[in-house]
Amino acid sequence: MTEIMNDHWEEWKKLLDFRHARVLKSKNVLDELDIAFVEGAIASEEQEQQLREIRKKTKKLVAVGACAVVGMPAAQRNYFNEEQKREIEFLVARFAALPKVLKVADVVTVDAQVPGCPMDPDNFLKVLGEVLGEFQTQKA
Amino acid sequence: MHNFDLTLDRLTKVEGSASLEVRVRDGRVEHVHFKITEYKRFFTQAMQGKPPVALPQLLSRICGTCSNAHLLCSIESCERALGISPSEQSKILKALTMYGLMIRDHALHLYLFALPDLFDKDSFLEFDETDPVQRQLLHDGFAIKAAGNFLAKLIAGRSVHAPYPTVGGFTHVPEKEGIREAIQKLNDVRPAVLRLAKIFEEAPFRFDRKTNFMALVSEGDRYGFLEGCINTGQGECIPEQYYREHLEQVVLPYSQASAYRHEGGAYMVGALSRMNLAKDKLHPRTKDSLGATLDHFPSTNVFHNNLAQAIEILHSIDDTLDILSSRTFVQEPPIKKEPHEAVGIGVIEAPRGTLYHKIEVGRDGLVKRGEIVVPTGQNQINIEEDIRGLVEELLPETPKEKIIFEIEKLIRAYDPCMSCAAHFLKVDWLQQ
Repeated sequence: MTEIMNDHWEEWKKLLDFRHARVLKSKNVLDELDIAFVEGAIASEEQEQQLREIRKKTKKLVAVGACAVVGMPAAQRNYFNEEQKREIEFLVARFAALPKVLKVADVVTVDAQVPGCPMDPDNFLKVLGEVLGEFQTQKA
Repeated sequence: MHNFDLTLDRLTKVEGSASLEVRVRDGRVEHVHFKITEYKRFFTQAMQGKPPVALPQLLSRICGTCSNAHLLCSIESCERALGISPSEQSKILKALTMYGLMIRDHALHLYLFALPDLFDKDSFLEFDETDPVQRQLLHDGFAIKAAGNFLAKLIAGRSVHAPYPTVGGFTHVPEKEGIREAIQKLNDVRPAVLRLAKIFEEAPFRFDRKTNFMALVSEGDRYGFLEGCINTGQGECIPEQYYREHLEQVVLPYSQASAYRHEGGAYMVGALSRMNLAKDKLHPRTKDSLGATLDHFPSTNVFHNNLAQAIEILHSIDDTLDILSSRTFVQEPPIKKEPHEAVGIGVIEAPRGTLYHKIEVGRDGLVKRGEIVVPTGQNQINIEEDIRGLVEELLPETPKEKIIFEIEKLIRAYDPCMSCAAHFLKVDWLQQ
């Protein structure tokens, strides 16, 4: 997303209010969101809870990228053979990871998704436009 | 304030998730735990049973930011295992791929992560467009990133998980029109890079501590990121294939990532190490434009890592302009070889420091085992030792909030990447 910003920052700076984006800012607020973009697969109960909290606070939730949309490559451990599973067992236990890695839609309802690794910037802009359009229609 | 615990649940303006715990007892730092909290994705297990040619595109997924560094390092390890010597042209295309990555990745770190601290802003996007200096910086930052992106796209097909570089060569070569456009864009942003270097040269932030600086340094006369031997900063230059004897893996139970030492001590990798060890090999035009700025190196000031990154952007632009304006490229079929029982080691300088990929191919031509050592894992202990030193400098007068802010600034100067650091499981590698 920070790369799509190269061409769109001027427009986004006016149009969007980034409420919670740790990669961009330190003072983040997770209150009422219009749109939440979620990247990454879900590997622990804590992450599951955080995702549920985001869902509660956002009107729309968009899963972005293969990790969020299909859970891969983090979910490759779901398909390990018995020996590989034994090798990683103690680490899964040490950090209280879930027995299987989940995709975002396994945990919450997803309103839209931008699949792919990397995600396709044009597709991202299309989805962003559509979701923003819905808010503008509601306002009008 | 003799006894206190200081915790930071989530660092911001860094790649991926990390937290920090500092314990102070009787006015002294008892421990510093820099915890990488990304969950492991077990790439070293996932490598097993795959043919070598399938690895680079899998392993580039370790990181979305420096994916092309993992891609090239994996290609190198596979080429070594298969006995492939890349053509002269492939080597140049790899160098250009790295330059595109360095320009984009360093600019991302400097403008979006580091610059807000210097301007007392929470975010780069909060820079004031009515202020001429800040407005210029906003434009500069996104223009440099875009130019790096354009170069990566032209040479490698994409700036993230690039499709053209493959085991044995490149599937596409850049076309004339694109080369012309890249030259134009890079020339256009060059003055912006000089402005950036000036800002970080004049930045008032400073933290000094003696440590060891390590980097892959070219044996030729040009500063690069792909070839050379591993300079330990102590007068030794280790050939790539012996790297493992010189890195001691340390398991920190509170972190998802492995840490490393060299001869029992912490060391630092990244732009500052490269600049400290090889500034003489920078492009002549870079040296000429920067003049006395280069006299800051060698430096033990961790914040000079930012200045070194800005200088590397300039060098990447200058060497790319040289190559693109003097060379033509012809389509070459990638070199193919049948896999056999072998070990392949790839070592490159990723934006954040030395990156190692090792694969062991079995008799069946499939990968038996692999190992990946990333820069942030190597910097982990050095970061912790720096934080300890910083907190002891700030005690007892400084308020806790200010200490936390200063620590975060220091960690940010390293440009750590948590996604890279937490990807694999400790491997007990039998010495070959």
